[in-house]
Amino acid sequence: MQSMLAMTVTTIGLHHYLVLGAFLFVCGLMTMLLKRNAIGILMGVELVLNAANVNLVSFNYFSYAGKAGAPALNGQIFAIFVIVLAAAEAAVALAIFLNFYNNFTTIDVERASNLKG
Amino acid sequence: MDAINSITNANAEAVLFYLFAGMAAVSALLLVLSRNIVRTAVCLLFTLMGVAGLYFLLHAEFIAAVQLVVYAGGTLILIIFGVMLTSKSPFSKFQPSAAEVAIALSVGTVLLGSLILALHSFPFPTAEADVQGKYPLVSLGQALLGDYLIPFEIASVLLLVVMIGAAYLAKGRRHEEENFKFHRTPASKTMREWT
Repeated sequence: MQSMLAMTVTTIGLHHYLVLGAFLFVCGLMTMLLKRNAIGILMGVELVLNAANVNLVSFNYFSYAGKAGAPALNGQIFAIFVIVLAAAEAAVALAIFLNFYNNFTTIDVERASNLKG
Repeated sequence: MDAINSITNANAEAVLFYLFAGMAAVSALLLVLSRNIVRTAVCLLFTLMGVAGLYFLLHAEFIAAVQLVVYAGGTLILIIFGVMLTSKSPFSKFQPSAAEVAIALSVGTVLLGSLILALHSFPFPTAEADVQGKYPLVSLGQALLGDYLIPFEIASVLLLVVMIGAAYLAKGRRHEEENFKFHRTPASKTMREWT
């Protein structure tokens, strides 16, 4: 039992990375729930995307062996596309926030309630 | 000798993993807790750098470099510029209420606990990928321009659309708004002036 615990502590496996990914995901979700600042919410989204990337790259390394003769790279390529999409999403979101700031002179998402019935 | 080497390698890997993972996890936690938006951005920077170190440990060197260049160098600078441009907010207090904190905490703990339980009860297959055989960067480029050519091109079109759209949105109707605010001219007249 002791040696098994030592094994799980010293030998880094897939589970370690997945637990870290889950933790980063929950942190990003709580950031989205707790922040009133729109840019803080954007940072939470970035954190969630990073958690997904950690999962993709670690699954690529640990559990997908690839076709015969070719190295396994699908997870890494998905991670690249996620990074590209995150950059695009951040650019559009910041443009929207600047427009929002110009119209409301604040970045507090609670004040964007014009469409509330 | 080989056994000793492999043991020390495993230990070094474990130490590096805990270093980078601890850096990412602690700064992610600080990101949730901090109230200052600039401090939040700095926490996000350290989280991204820790995750980049983990990519190095997973033999995904290209992803790590892209993470450092695009995320830490590009997206985060963009976010910090957004913080600077919108820092003067007179009406906002940015404090969540106690009910919101309670809801977020309960959702977070339940989700984290169930995720970790699910991870530990599911037996994942572990076949370590053959990354040593070929230099993976070459095959990464070949895969991007081979099997993944259509998503690659769609991503480039998407980036063009995003660039034009973001420029249009951020330019917006600022001049018209200022005119409207300060000179009380009707919007239709300002539109004619500015077009």
